[in-house]
Amino acid sequence: MKLAKSYFADERKDDLKELGKGLQRSDVPGHVTGKTSYFADRTFPGMLYLKMVRSPHDHARIRSVDLSEAEKHPGVHRILTHKDIPHNLYTILILIQVGPEDEHVLAEDKVRWKGEAVVAVLADSERAANEAAAKVKIDYEVLPSVLDIESALAPGAPVVNEHHGQNFYMYDSGASRKVRFGDVEKGFAEADHILEQTYWSSPIEQAPMETTGCIVAPEGNDRFTCYTNTQAMFFTLDNTSIILQMPGHKLHMVGGTVGGGFGGKVDVTVEPIAILAAKLTGRPVSFIYSRHEEMQISSPRAAEKIVLKDGVMKDGRIVARQVWGYTDAGAYSRHSPYGAQKGAAHYPGPYTIPNVWVDTFCVYTNRTPSSAMRGFGVTIADFALEVQMDKLARLIGMDPLEFRFVNAYRDGDMKAHRQETTGAALIECMQEASRVANWPVAEKYLKMSSYKES
Amino acid sequence: MAKVPVQFTLNGEEKAEFVDSGATLIKVLRDKLGDTSPKGGCNQGTCGSCSVIIDGELKLSCLTLAETCNGVEILTNGGLAKDGVLHPLQRSFIDEFAAQCGFCTSGMIMAAKALLDRNPNPSREDVVDALSGNICRCTGYEPIIRAVLTAARSNSQNAA
Amino acid sequence: MAIRRGRGVAAINYPTGMNLGGDPSQALVHSTPTGNFMVTLSSVDLGQGLRQVMAQICAETIGVKTDQVIIDTADTDTGPHCMGTFASRGTHRIGNAVIQAAKEARQVMLEVAAEALEVDAGDLDTDGEGNIHVKGAPQKAISIFDTALMAHFKLGRSISGRGMFLVPRSYPEVETGAMKPSTCYAHACTVAEVDVDDETGEVTVVSVKNVFEIGRALNPRMVEQQLVGGSWMGMSHALYETTEPYYPSRDHAGTDFNEYLMPGPGDIAPTEIVVLERPAADGPYGAKGPGEMCANPQIPALANAVFDAVGVRIDTMPITPERILRALKEQRAA
Repeated sequence: MKLAKSYFADERKDDLKELGKGLQRSDVPGHVTGKTSYFADRTFPGMLYLKMVRSPHDHARIRSVDLSEAEKHPGVHRILTHKDIPHNLYTILILIQVGPEDEHVLAEDKVRWKGEAVVAVLADSERAANEAAAKVKIDYEVLPSVLDIESALAPGAPVVNEHHGQNFYMYDSGASRKVRFGDVEKGFAEADHILEQTYWSSPIEQAPMETTGCIVAPEGNDRFTCYTNTQAMFFTLDNTSIILQMPGHKLHMVGGTVGGGFGGKVDVTVEPIAILAAKLTGRPVSFIYSRHEEMQISSPRAAEKIVLKDGVMKDGRIVARQVWGYTDAGAYSRHSPYGAQKGAAHYPGPYTIPNVWVDTFCVYTNRTPSSAMRGFGVTIADFALEVQMDKLARLIGMDPLEFRFVNAYRDGDMKAHRQETTGAALIECMQEASRVANWPVAEKYLKMSSYKES
Repeated sequence: MAKVPVQFTLNGEEKAEFVDSGATLIKVLRDKLGDTSPKGGCNQGTCGSCSVIIDGELKLSCLTLAETCNGVEILTNGGLAKDGVLHPLQRSFIDEFAAQCGFCTSGMIMAAKALLDRNPNPSREDVVDALSGNICRCTGYEPIIRAVLTAARSNSQNAA
Repeated sequence: MAIRRGRGVAAINYPTGMNLGGDPSQALVHSTPTGNFMVTLSSVDLGQGLRQVMAQICAETIGVKTDQVIIDTADTDTGPHCMGTFASRGTHRIGNAVIQAAKEARQVMLEVAAEALEVDAGDLDTDGEGNIHVKGAPQKAISIFDTALMAHFKLGRSISGRGMFLVPRSYPEVETGAMKPSTCYAHACTVAEVDVDDETGEVTVVSVKNVFEIGRALNPRMVEQQLVGGSWMGMSHALYETTEPYYPSRDHAGTDFNEYLMPGPGDIAPTEIVVLERPAADGPYGAKGPGEMCANPQIPALANAVFDAVGVRIDTMPITPERILRALKEQRAA
């Protein structure tokens, strides 16, 4: 790695003592000797194992649940259903008044995605829990389901969640988060060329080496210590407190090092039910996702459909950009309304475009609910935006890198969401890339600067 | 459930346990013997995080039945440092910044040790091949490859 | 029947922190009787090295060596509130909270030393080696060790501090979308080179050259870890990863690492990293959050490189050999 210190040297004093130094990490000696503590590096006498029984259908009504055979299975201590959960609603951000409360912790009358949690079996070995789980008999009435964005939004589509009544999240701005800047129609009318393209992605897993999980130990004084690999200790504590109607001071969350997060350990899906299990059985409880669950049950990065329509001039200026961004949230909201909104703030990319129109939609389908992943709301948008930039450049016969210089944002430029650009550095990154990658650009671009022209 | 007696040496120490029939070695190492260095990344033999060395061969402890381990010598990363002195591989992983979350690290070091024990002077291709059964999500592998080559070089320098 | 080479470029930016703010973190700092410093947090180390970076930030601010700083974190009984580690917020939000707490602790420490040396606290500075001395008169000094002992046992003063960082929430304007999503942005430009086998559709990544602008590299070796690992994940996203390979159908959904493909050590590409630093006005010592943005630009750069190589556009991620081959067949038929 090379530190290119000459850029922005006038804005930066490199006189730090401890910072700026490549000091050894304090944790790596523990990693290399196997001494670093992860949540699962502990076991407790009498510990029970939680095996979740999950929906095999994309969409179904639950007609009946028969636990009689499962409960009799040797080693089984208890089976939890939605009736055991004091406040059977999971909302990640309810503490800061971000809803919606559209998801149960354990399914009540319906399942809306293949893998949704229905009942939790607690047994004194993993084997007993697995065997008993197979004996749980659930009678489902399969319902029509919808798995793709276009079908979900078509009139007459099966409704994924009656809580919303339609298959998209309603923002205060309507069916989408809106950005309206300038006049795109005027821009398109003036443009020399118009290019409209559609981009797609499918769900992507965070796939950390350590799967999601927790181990709960009752402390004997009505307090519960939950050893967890959550990325957000207080999210987890406060959500659990609400779901279990337990005062926060009864809950103690302890993390160690997390074996990779990447956004996959932000949803609070294992701790509340495990803590409830510990409370109702009086025993320590372990609930750790199998790799299969980590792959298909834990929330992935959302699939997206992005439509970009650009008006571009022969001289390289993009004069209008219109964006329709669809996030496939899966069956429940989780962080997706936030993610789609973050996308709306990200468009049209780090370029100064005088006319911008953005609509980002959070769409529900009958699949695994998606949520945060590294680059949330932005990663797929960048794929679409930067492939589009390449297409536009070639359309007008311009070098793709030079084309970006023409449109790059600079300090003082007004962004589409009406904030003035500060701290820009795109131009300098591209100048250095031109050198490093031996991708020549015209001299005038190497002389540009992100600084405001004085 | 019937328990099965099993005896083996773990990092040079004699161990004797009664294990459940069908219990995997990783479970016995972690839950009974207190060695949490092998990690259960997948528990189905696809990620390498559970790697240990049994009678000189790299093995996946999540796919090894504890009851088949009678009389063997097991090495884990947790027992690799002797009397507080790091193994050259452990030292080079630190120096080369070859770990971030650390979850794959013990398995990686075991795979690297198994390589260096049979081939003290590996090429880069040899290292890549030896590590190809171990998945890392954080580092992008390059620092790990470098760490193994560095350890091999320092070994050969010391031997010379 | 050929291996065709191509290259592509992408340029991006990325916000630090939670979109629209509402993004608090707190830190507490206190000195032990012998002048070691404890930073108490409830933030989570995911492997990004939070503990090490926070120790360096605290050490820089107080004016001691990093190994005199211990981080105690991820315990809700002892740690003040932190939203969590995600959204590239860790270094920036938690770092700022640590700085504030460390500044308060440093001020108390200097006041205690000032009493010992019979000067004003404003006349004092730390030497970064464990001592406090009068500015311009380095021989008039007291060790931090002795300062801490004096505070604890003689003067009854607590060398400690509290820090809090919050970006107040902003709300998008309903009609225009006017909003304040973030206060600072990291940047990147990536050039990727590929070889595409036009008979099999297989892509070999020949090289990836990344230029990243991250505000300030607080620990360059750790920054490098993040950027190299991120570049790998970007390549993995572009060419390999999906839980639903036939999306929107859920058929053939990957359930294990045999089916969920990622490039292994034999599939990685020579990767170059160059780092620029334009300090963020509100970043801890100017740092921005690099953890997410480093995995983004490789994706379109590789897509553009594939087009440059074989003239087909794959507008659906991941860009698999199957998709390339189908596109090539369509192109030949046309």
